[in-house]
Amino acid sequence: MRQIAIYGKGGIGKSTTTQNLVAALAEAGRKCMIIGCDPKADSTRLILNRKAQNTVMDMAREKGTVEDLELDDVLLQGFKGIKCAESGGPEPGVGCAGRGVITAINFLEENGAYGDDTEFVFYDVLGDVVCGGFAMPIREGKAKEIYIVTSGEMMAMYAANNISRGVLKYAQSGGVRLGGLICNSRKTDKEFELISELASKLGTQMIHFVPRDNEVQRAELRKKTVIDYAPTHPQADEYRELARKIADNRNFVIPTPITMDELERLLMDYGIMESEEAAA
Amino acid sequence: MSTAIKDTQKMIEEVLDAYPEKSKKDRAKHLAANDPTGQCSTCQVKSNIKSRPGVMTVRGCAYAGAKGVVWGPVKDQITISHGPVGCGQYSWWSRRNYYNGRTGIDTFGTMHITTDFQEKNIVYGGDKGLEAAMHELKELFPLAKGIGILSECPVGLIGDDIEAVSKRVAKEFKFPIVPVRCEGFRGVSQSLGHHIANDTIKDYVLGKGELDTSTPYDVALIGDYNIGGDAWASRKILEEMGLRVISQYTGDATLNEIAIATKAKLNLIHCYRSMNYICRHMEEEYGIPWMEFNFFGPTKSFESIRKIAARFDEKIQEKAEAVIAKYRPVMERIVEEYRPKLEGKKVMLYVGGLRPRHTIGAYEDLGMEVVASGYEFGHGDDYKRTYPELKEGAVIMDDATLYELEEFTRRLRPDMVGSGIKEKYSYHKLGVPFRQMHSWDYSGPYHGFDGFPVFARDMDMTVNSPTWALIRRKR
Repeated sequence: MRQIAIYGKGGIGKSTTTQNLVAALAEAGRKCMIIGCDPKADSTRLILNRKAQNTVMDMAREKGTVEDLELDDVLLQGFKGIKCAESGGPEPGVGCAGRGVITAINFLEENGAYGDDTEFVFYDVLGDVVCGGFAMPIREGKAKEIYIVTSGEMMAMYAANNISRGVLKYAQSGGVRLGGLICNSRKTDKEFELISELASKLGTQMIHFVPRDNEVQRAELRKKTVIDYAPTHPQADEYRELARKIADNRNFVIPTPITMDELERLLMDYGIMESEEAAA
Repeated sequence: MSTAIKDTQKMIEEVLDAYPEKSKKDRAKHLAANDPTGQCSTCQVKSNIKSRPGVMTVRGCAYAGAKGVVWGPVKDQITISHGPVGCGQYSWWSRRNYYNGRTGIDTFGTMHITTDFQEKNIVYGGDKGLEAAMHELKELFPLAKGIGILSECPVGLIGDDIEAVSKRVAKEFKFPIVPVRCEGFRGVSQSLGHHIANDTIKDYVLGKGELDTSTPYDVALIGDYNIGGDAWASRKILEEMGLRVISQYTGDATLNEIAIATKAKLNLIHCYRSMNYICRHMEEEYGIPWMEFNFFGPTKSFESIRKIAARFDEKIQEKAEAVIAKYRPVMERIVEEYRPKLEGKKVMLYVGGLRPRHTIGAYEDLGMEVVASGYEFGHGDDYKRTYPELKEGAVIMDDATLYELEEFTRRLRPDMVGSGIKEKYSYHKLGVPFRQMHSWDYSGPYHGFDGFPVFARDMDMTVNSPTWALIRRKR
């Protein structure tokens, strides 16, 4: 069983990318599971064709304690038998969402949610790594592979670099490795080259360049993945390609994060950002 | 430098020798030979610094300081330990702050109330549970005059907005609800908890009450927690002097007493460490002068009575002399009875806020000598007040470790040790007479003229108990 965590800047398309690629894996006959690690609980919506109602933490709150929960209460099946669970958690501004992720993952593990035949477990993790709770999926004995979703936008690249720093920390103490960057295109200038270069600076690869296509949004509006909604559309093939590359990936590294200055130089080298002299 | 200081310094070095280099360097700053004159530059200890991990400090946390010491004794307020159950459970009634009243009806001192956090409260926040708890309390205890919310660690971590809840519910209940941000991880010891608690007294209660009549003799008795009835013994003396104690806190205190405390003409502070903050605030804000006093033992009590009386007119001064004249023969009889049994006995103290210095005089009244003294959480100003009270060459210890306490005991061979519950049983095992000087070992009061006979009896009982002869002293 391969446990994979997907990180990236908030709003970059982690959940959409994860669900589409998992749908492609499931279509190819692989046994998959998605664990949403985000209080918004929208990591499985396209697989279940509806928003998950029964998150681990919401159910635990309803029943009193997490010990009162049954696995069946929170483990759902969606498109092509993909198993889905959401950690759930508080609305913004109260409580501790990170603790919710820790509690939920522990519950799922202790109760054998992964089963014997699951080949891939994907953790879809909220935004940046903000506290210990959101690093839970990459701690000892859990996800060993990380993919970072990014785009050619400065802040997305900044986040990718920052996440690499978190991965580095856990890589040194445990066995977690970076599997690559997934470029979810925003159609910025020289995006392919820029992310390829960033990947090589981080010591990894750009595993796939997912072009921007409105078909993704059309499918999303129908609470579906592109694989499910428009299986013959070229965008579906892009996700199939991403899925194949991830399934075949053997390139796992300890990332080599760069400094803010290096990141800015990279943007200058590609002519995205003017140097201070040129600006003056 | 005198030989007494040099000898003690040599002994301290020997004790420190067992430590690894880094610990040794660190601990050396916290141990010194006393110089009462304050001229010896190497005789001052460093204090109020984070404890070294692994040394088994006996310090508490900010919650312990705010809940256990300052807010806990306020009797007509319900104190909620907000967070998981343990902090409240293990600090439950451990300081024996006596009070008058009917517990569970109009007073709540011995009750343990907690929001009992579960996993879901951490994830979803504890605010709703807190509000529900307050409504339940209001219904169960309609005579409560206020609620205190004492934060435990997780509340600070998850960022619960207890201030907003307090404000909302206080408006509804029309009484003070005091949110106290005393999460245990704040600060280096319980000392910061005292300060935080003082600040909330200032912000939520102080100066909000009205007092119908006022006299020139109105005083407040501050920082006496009425352990074993101490504050009652002290109050009695002040009243006999002709002073009117309008406010006594927080031992046996009501919220109203704290609210009207700003009407006092003079603030008399017993425990400087835990409540000097509120005194300084009232001095700056209300122009109320404050002074420290010491009612342990007749010598210090007489001294303090005269010092206090000097702040008032002749009428009070006359009464003060009358009080001294009345109690002097009573105290002399106590000294006559116990001094022969205690003369020359050596005492080692390691306590909290003020007893390491305040009890020295009482021991000396009984002919005993304090050969070592130290504070768990004292600051520089506490030590400055301590040096002149002790003999030259006495050992000064800050945030002492159990190893150091045992080693000093072996070398100084005190006839009794006065410290806390954490030290008590290791001293019993060493076969050294021991007295709890935080809780008076379930006895008390020790303050004032009511307290001294009890103090003298207890020290005699400790030092001269035949029990110790049955234990082979391991030295």
